[in-house]
Amino acid sequence: MKSILKQLTVWRVILLAILLSGAYATYLRIFYGLGGSTNLSDKFPWGLWIGFDVMCGVALAAGGFTLVAIVHIFNIETYKPVLRPAILTAFLGYILVVVGLLYDLGRPDRLWHPLIMWNPHSVMFEVAWCVTLYSTVLGLEFLPVVLEKFGLHKPLAWIHRISVPLMILGVLLSTLHQSSLGTLFLIVPEKEYPLWYTPILPLLFYISAIAAGLAMTIFESWHSSRAFGRALELPLLMSIGRVLAVVMSVYLWIRVLDLAHRHVFGLLTRNRPETWLFLLEAALMIVPTAMLFHASVRARPGALYACAVMVVLSMVTNRLNVGISGIEAGSGTHYIPKWSELAITLSIVGAGFAIFRVAGHYLPIFEEPTHEYGLAEVEETEEDPIAVG
Amino acid sequence: MPKAILYDSTLCIGCKACEGACAERWGLPYSDKVAAEEKISAHKLTAIETHGDKFSRRLCMNCLQPACASVCPVGALQKTELGPVTYEASRCMGCRYCMQACPFQVPSYEWDQRLPRMRKCDMCFERQSHGKLTACAEACPVGATKNGDRDALIAEANQRLAEKPDQYYQKIYGLKEVGGTSVLYLSAVPFEQIGLRTNVPAEPLPETTWRVLELLPDVVSTGSVLLGGIWWITNRREEVACKEGRRQ
Repeated sequence: MKSILKQLTVWRVILLAILLSGAYATYLRIFYGLGGSTNLSDKFPWGLWIGFDVMCGVALAAGGFTLVAIVHIFNIETYKPVLRPAILTAFLGYILVVVGLLYDLGRPDRLWHPLIMWNPHSVMFEVAWCVTLYSTVLGLEFLPVVLEKFGLHKPLAWIHRISVPLMILGVLLSTLHQSSLGTLFLIVPEKEYPLWYTPILPLLFYISAIAAGLAMTIFESWHSSRAFGRALELPLLMSIGRVLAVVMSVYLWIRVLDLAHRHVFGLLTRNRPETWLFLLEAALMIVPTAMLFHASVRARPGALYACAVMVVLSMVTNRLNVGISGIEAGSGTHYIPKWSELAITLSIVGAGFAIFRVAGHYLPIFEEPTHEYGLAEVEETEEDPIAVG
Repeated sequence: MPKAILYDSTLCIGCKACEGACAERWGLPYSDKVAAEEKISAHKLTAIETHGDKFSRRLCMNCLQPACASVCPVGALQKTELGPVTYEASRCMGCRYCMQACPFQVPSYEWDQRLPRMRKCDMCFERQSHGKLTACAEACPVGATKNGDRDALIAEANQRLAEKPDQYYQKIYGLKEVGGTSVLYLSAVPFEQIGLRTNVPAEPLPETTWRVLELLPDVVSTGSVLLGGIWWITNRREEVACKEGRRQ
């Protein structure tokens, strides 16, 4: 008990230090502009705040729409215990993406401009609308949790009535948003390194987001079971692990086909930073996928968690490669984020963890597990609900 | 009849009169220090570059199908019929997608401003729409920068190539690049030797994203029907199960 308390304090001190540096960086951003707070330049106009805060933030929030689709549209009730944490993650994720955008936009006071000044030919216009509408949908999907907490049954019934179209809308908006972040980079064929530039970037972004969302679900279940002292929903997580393995396989298969059709494997013989970053990304994708196909790996919480972390890291690497590393050479410049860019990014991530924890503590996010699962039972319940459903 | 600029590197003497005229037209400070900067930036919208004994000039290419205007989410950038690509700062929210998308890395940002704008050459839209020449073309003492109708300038460029085949690299830069640009270049040497990007695709860049964006109605309609249908089937299955007493 004592050691847990000590550990918590250490984390809180770290969080406080991060938030303080973030506050100072915010001051720099406001009073000294993007020039005083970032290493961005005319040749390299998008950095960490787009590459990580926005692109990774959105991808890691994909668990929300994935689980809504699984539970409410495919009606696979078994996955219900992880639905609310996934929606919370997504909602928080989107709020934090908007916060990241407020830092990154040159004129954050004009964030609302795309809503009244239209250019349907712009991917960024589509992105802006998707962020706005899907954040609203996520708010409405999350609202019942708050209403339940305070026993407000009338609005609860009202939301329940519109829930099906709302959820379908949410899945559609996510589909558009996740893929459109890939579409953003189709306009830079001469800048993006050929290992990443492909006309099917939108498709790749979409499928990999589903994988990232599932991996995040395992990741946060593991953490919240520790933080809140709950039993791990192991059979459920094992089943998610199996679905994750399948989604990753489909993704990797398409990725390999795409690389082969564009004849770019030869680039891997060059000793360039892009080669090593690509191999890192590939290793972080292939290793957990191969591992997750083994039932014995899935049955061990530690190994399952490690696989989920690897998938999450692989997607973060991928988004950073597409958004930053892959366009450095083509832009004829180098970019290393300034400390203040990192401070704000870390503050946003830290705030995300902290708010999740507080919300998980005070709101009815987690269902009580029906009972503790023993390992013996785990083997019996290996049956995949997807196959049955 | 869209307007254009023809820049002939073989005629340019590097006097930088175009730079001074451009700074004056935008009300930007121009000094020896600024003149020494051989790159375009938020306070210098055109620049003469030295490449050995050759000169080159950088300015916005005012593409025929500009990537910047197609990616701008708020329509702050517009391709005018006259030729120039104009910018309306009051719309701009500072997403800087135009800078990312520009194959020539032209748009510059006021990084040090609290309320920054993007800056770029707009081929003197104001002056040209009043029938005047661009400030740079008017200032050029040797005719290295000419301003006029694009078709006429292409004809003139071809004539120069034909008349003095040994003085020119036999191509016009800007004719086909990214679907054609409003700024055309002639040079004595291959264009990459005077700092021009020769790896840009011949295809207009807005096509690359439009191919995906135009699928949007299909994705939305097919997706709604598919998701709605799946929900209906799974929900119905549940209802039947309840009715038959297999589930409560």
